[in-house]
Amino acid sequence: MSTASHTTDHATDHDHDHGPARGLSRWLLTTNHKDIGTLYLLFSLLMFFIGGAMALVIRAELFQPGLQIVDPYFFNQMTTLHALVMIFGAVMPAFVGLANWLLPMMVGAPDMALPRMNNWSFWIMPFAFTLLLSTLFMPGGGPAGGWTLYPPLVLQTGSAFPFVILAIHMMGASSIMGAINIIATILNLRAPGMTLMKMPLFVWTWLITAFLLIAVMPVLAGTVTMLLTDKFFGTSFFSAAGGGDPVMFQHIFWFFGHPEVYIMILPAFGVISQIIPTFARKPLFGYASMVYATASIAFLSFIVWAHHMFTVGMPLAGELFFMYATMLIAVPTGVKVFNWVSTMWRGAMTFETPMLFAIAFVILFTIGGFSGLMLAIAPADFQYQDTYFVVAHFHYVLVPGAVFSIMAAAYYWLPKWTGHMYNEKLGKLHFWLSVIGVNVLFFPQHFLGLAGMPRRIPDYALQFTEFNMVSTVGAFLFGFSQLFFLYNVIQTIRGGAKATDQVWEGAEGLEWTLSSPPPYHTFTTAPEIK
Amino acid sequence: MTHAEHAPDHYYVPTQSHWPIIATVSLFTLMLGGATLLNGGGSTLLLTGLALIVITMFGWFGTVIRESEKGLYSEQMDRSFRWGMSWFIFSEVMFFAAFFGALFYARTYSVPWLGGETNHGVLTHGLLWSGYEAVWPTNGPSDVGGFFAPMHPWGLPAINTLILLSSGATLTWAHWGLIEENRPQLLKGLAATVALGVLFLSLQAYEYSHAYHALHLTLGSGIYGSTFFMLTGFHGLHVTIGAIILAVMLFRSLAGHFTPQRHFAFEAAAWYWHFVDVVWLGLFIFVYWL
Repeated sequence: MSTASHTTDHATDHDHDHGPARGLSRWLLTTNHKDIGTLYLLFSLLMFFIGGAMALVIRAELFQPGLQIVDPYFFNQMTTLHALVMIFGAVMPAFVGLANWLLPMMVGAPDMALPRMNNWSFWIMPFAFTLLLSTLFMPGGGPAGGWTLYPPLVLQTGSAFPFVILAIHMMGASSIMGAINIIATILNLRAPGMTLMKMPLFVWTWLITAFLLIAVMPVLAGTVTMLLTDKFFGTSFFSAAGGGDPVMFQHIFWFFGHPEVYIMILPAFGVISQIIPTFARKPLFGYASMVYATASIAFLSFIVWAHHMFTVGMPLAGELFFMYATMLIAVPTGVKVFNWVSTMWRGAMTFETPMLFAIAFVILFTIGGFSGLMLAIAPADFQYQDTYFVVAHFHYVLVPGAVFSIMAAAYYWLPKWTGHMYNEKLGKLHFWLSVIGVNVLFFPQHFLGLAGMPRRIPDYALQFTEFNMVSTVGAFLFGFSQLFFLYNVIQTIRGGAKATDQVWEGAEGLEWTLSSPPPYHTFTTAPEIK
Repeated sequence: MTHAEHAPDHYYVPTQSHWPIIATVSLFTLMLGGATLLNGGGSTLLLTGLALIVITMFGWFGTVIRESEKGLYSEQMDRSFRWGMSWFIFSEVMFFAAFFGALFYARTYSVPWLGGETNHGVLTHGLLWSGYEAVWPTNGPSDVGGFFAPMHPWGLPAINTLILLSSGATLTWAHWGLIEENRPQLLKGLAATVALGVLFLSLQAYEYSHAYHALHLTLGSGIYGSTFFMLTGFHGLHVTIGAIILAVMLFRSLAGHFTPQRHFAFEAAAWYWHFVDVVWLGLFIFVYWL
């Protein structure tokens, strides 16, 4: 790779006039994709712990039947804010942070296409969450009607209401700008020779995710605006008395909400598709079919939204259409799982921490996929709706799904970012505690749901006690094991064994041709892709 | 940084700027102010936020315009701006789609169901509002907001349609002037477009006042009033923004900016204006006419 060394030379002399500024202003003013990626990832980690603390309040209360720790209203604030914080504060910014760090290095670009807007996209987030979390300290407390904000219940929220809506507007603006930046980077800043079908799969999945974000975040903005005017300006969008319909909110919300689910999982597919080939020491099986499967999932995500509302009262044709359309998603998802397994088939596999998380992802995400298939069956869903079975389902796809992929990505690229190897023993300990904790936490919730325990309720009937106790033990195990991750990340940033440029024996791609850590500015001249 | 021209393969990366963080603080102040006002507080914070946003726009756009006039931007940067603007407009389309979706849903499902159609309507109609007859326009079975008359499409709205369509034509004429280096045509075309935009907005303002006073049609007139004012209101806001952008383009043209080859700001403004135009056609057909 003579071109790569040429690039590094160039970057070094470039560094003289454009090294990072010092102190706080470096972070406040930065337009550097690596700095902004770091900011996104650290912000996401903070939100992960805040949202996690809320989850532990919920699980502590549910350890026994009866009300012992918090009052029901505060419990409802916890379920609502836990979801908002984890979705918009932890998972989405983590993937945007990974995109910031990796996309320019993967496509051979010097930075993101619109670096100043990139700074703006990030810094909106901490301010938006200040607005959202400040509601906890207001008279009447935070939002308590569930993160889905269904009217008419949500319209009873007190002073918190406009703060929540406007915070969501800010998060939406941040996501849309982030997505525009990502699309512009991928479509415009690829190095010569990097054709679309040569792009690493993480780049592909982010291209499609960014499209989903731009398509649905404005719809969320529109629908929460209607909530705001219904509450404060006398409109009747969601009031039957005025000719509107509360169910209409659910339709518009889930038109955003279902693609949102894929916004949180497609980049995870991308991460896993990078990691498995490295540790199986084989190229990804079925690259092209992975791309088409991702695009099909994205397309289907727009026509399945009403499976979130089978019990709300839809015409039979609607129930049937959304049931079959939802089941269709199993086909492209099956293609992906098949390809990951086939990549590992007869590979020379080793099991470093990123690979462990990736394999756990494939197995546990698939469990979440299967319970999703069960929920897709409309007549069966009538039984499952709003039970713990649903809670178990979406936590399986989001925690050992999305979150595990983020952990895998962190371990996989941390040596590249920091120039140091993380502590492998500690990483493995973190993995095993997490994988045990997460299953102890969420697997019993399937049984609770099938037995009829409703979600979002702080108290429950006696027969649900044992499984709830098990689940709570799992929650604390999983929650506190994340401190090992925090410790490992901090130690790796501060020092540790020197990482090589390639880091992993089987790693392929442009980012591994750069030094570890890469120079502040990379690829100021385009590398040539053969 | 200026070696973009000397080495076309060399990427241009914009320098750091303090405007994004100022924009963040401005937006935060605006949102905090909005929430405070809605909760019954004062409007000081909101107005401060608005003022800060205006300052940010002058500062940030000013920086970009100066850099562009210095010839700093490479063709690649130009393409990034083009992708950025196209996807921004797509996001705006989806924002309007949410409100059009609400309109279609109300007209196709919620209103007929309230009138007793299909087994969905049986319960609400039979138990709550048996006297309600599903018609459009409607303010719902509880007659929310009281009696009103709907807006007639073939008066002012039709004239406004003609005005916006003509403004699209004058803008294209101005663009031709720019490409053919005919400055007077560019300036006349832009001035006419801005004038037509302002005329449209004045007529909309008059129409709103007519609706509130003569027709008793308000934002609170049930689902018809809600969809009517939200759709036309957000459209009016976008026309206002578009007219301001075009006015900026007019001032920049007067200052001698833009060349026949490089004038993306002008094109972006034109894209935005045509988008606003197309939304209006949708409004005219589905809100006023049908």
